[in-house]
Amino acid sequence: MKQKKIAGGSTIRAYTRRWWPLFLGPVVCAFIIGFVWPFIQGIYLSFCKFRLISDAQFIGLGNYIKAFQDPSFIHAFWYTALFAIVSLVIINVLAFAVACALTQGIKGSNLFRTVFFMPNLIGGIVLGYIWSMIFDGILGRFGTSILLESRFGFWGLIILMCWQQVGYMMIIYIAGLQAVPEDMLEAARIDGATRSQTLFRVTIPNVMPSITICMFLSLTNGFKLFDQNLALTGGQPFIIQSGGTTVKTTEMLALNIYNTFYGSSSASQGTAQAKAVIFFILVAGLGLAQLAYTRRKEVQQ
Amino acid sequence: MNKTRSLAADRRRKTALSAVLAVVCVIYVLPVLTVVLNSFKLNTFVKTDTFALPSGEMWAGLENFIKGMTFGNYPFWKSAAYSVVITLLSTALILLCTSMAAWYIARVNSKACRALYFLCVFSMVVPFQMVMYTLSKTADQLKLNTPWTIPIVYLGFGAGLAIFMFVGFVKSIPLEIEEAAAIDGCGPLRTFFSVVLPMLKPTMISVGILEIMWVWNDYLLPVLVLDINEYRTIPIHIQYLKGSYGTVDLGATMALILLSIIPVIIFYLTCQKHIIKGVAAGAVKG
Repeated sequence: MKQKKIAGGSTIRAYTRRWWPLFLGPVVCAFIIGFVWPFIQGIYLSFCKFRLISDAQFIGLGNYIKAFQDPSFIHAFWYTALFAIVSLVIINVLAFAVACALTQGIKGSNLFRTVFFMPNLIGGIVLGYIWSMIFDGILGRFGTSILLESRFGFWGLIILMCWQQVGYMMIIYIAGLQAVPEDMLEAARIDGATRSQTLFRVTIPNVMPSITICMFLSLTNGFKLFDQNLALTGGQPFIIQSGGTTVKTTEMLALNIYNTFYGSSSASQGTAQAKAVIFFILVAGLGLAQLAYTRRKEVQQ
Repeated sequence: MNKTRSLAADRRRKTALSAVLAVVCVIYVLPVLTVVLNSFKLNTFVKTDTFALPSGEMWAGLENFIKGMTFGNYPFWKSAAYSVVITLLSTALILLCTSMAAWYIARVNSKACRALYFLCVFSMVVPFQMVMYTLSKTADQLKLNTPWTIPIVYLGFGAGLAIFMFVGFVKSIPLEIEEAAAIDGCGPLRTFFSVVLPMLKPTMISVGILEIMWVWNDYLLPVLVLDINEYRTIPIHIQYLKGSYGTVDLGATMALILLSIIPVIIFYLTCQKHIIKGVAAGAVKG
């Protein structure tokens, strides 16, 4: 039986192998145009001074030094990190609470789930404008605006992201909670465990994989956030520092990179590309950490 | 006695929970409701009376919708049409090409295939900002800057996740079925299209939904790749309402936002089950 399977596999393989231009050709071409070539060129250009790609000059690490000396970039980094962590905590706590509530078999669970998930389908730009209208409608009563104070911009973005992401994380948590073995909960009940004991000793250890996924997802989502940031505040309010540099107080990393590429008139594309590489290393590092962590957990189980 | 009491308490607790969630639900739909209200409100009242019903002097009727159609130096119907074209073409292209490639990768499994698969997984952790500048220049040089050719760019940048999901599924299909097809005289093409493709349907739906949601809502890639004086998508259109004008007609903006989220909500309500499943499948990508 096993012999036959191997033989069959090799038949398919031998048959199919020479058909690669048809099966792989289109994807490989597009992949080179849309990813491989821009990626390699991007790495190379981060070591160059250039205005147009055609007149790039190799200058070594100069762009990286400039990037780390740029106060707006450093500010954007800490702002993004803070945002990512705060949104991670709030989104996951809310999503977990809602998921717990929706797995108790209460009336209207399906309707609630539908409503909570809905904002996920609305695009970031549109979300930003909806919420900027709402926040200005509220703050306008107090004679201010979301564009005038950076803490409004921060918490506004947190509220927006909660509205959008809680439903998404909730779906993952619901799947995790439904997989908790019923007999374990039953046993806890018979042994007289209190509600919070059951939650922390039985439920949470069992949904740990979902928790890990959601934490990493919301962390990387926070770091990569662009559309919502652009549409809600666009980095406002601005502060002009004594050196003459402008720091956009609610600007996150992705938007900072975008503005360095396309915003300023000076030739800062090289610096922008260096920032983009740093950003890539940061985000890829988070992704790899997640991979390593989930792998280790799987081995333990 | 004790048991009936605890059952009653349990029921009461569930009802209370339902009530609390119902309130949260109402709060949850308020933002969308505010958009609806303000799209029928005269511009001057949007800022001052954001949460009021558009009654009396505030009532604008359909004026915002009519104005919105030509508002922002670019006809809205054109943006909407380009959004539809780009989303449908890109999704179709991605589904066809990546499913074929994934089947080849999983079944041939040569060194080159494994290298390609590794590259795909790698591309999933690369943020768009890393390649945006060079990608938009490359796309420009190759004349990929129209709605008819931008799907190639989407295929290139979005292939990673799709191939990853398809390969995972193909590996779970027993080889015997394809083997039987091969013995019956099917070539690779026929084996793929009449035997494998029908089995891929559930993953097709999941991947398709993820791609539709990504492309439809995407702002940065099209704004950098497309020639935006000629072609716009809905997110670009809405962003440029605010960007290009000194004063913005908020009433008309809200009317356009309403028009752009109605199809999304209808799409969601009609294929809700698939959407939630697809999104959950994409999340667990690791």
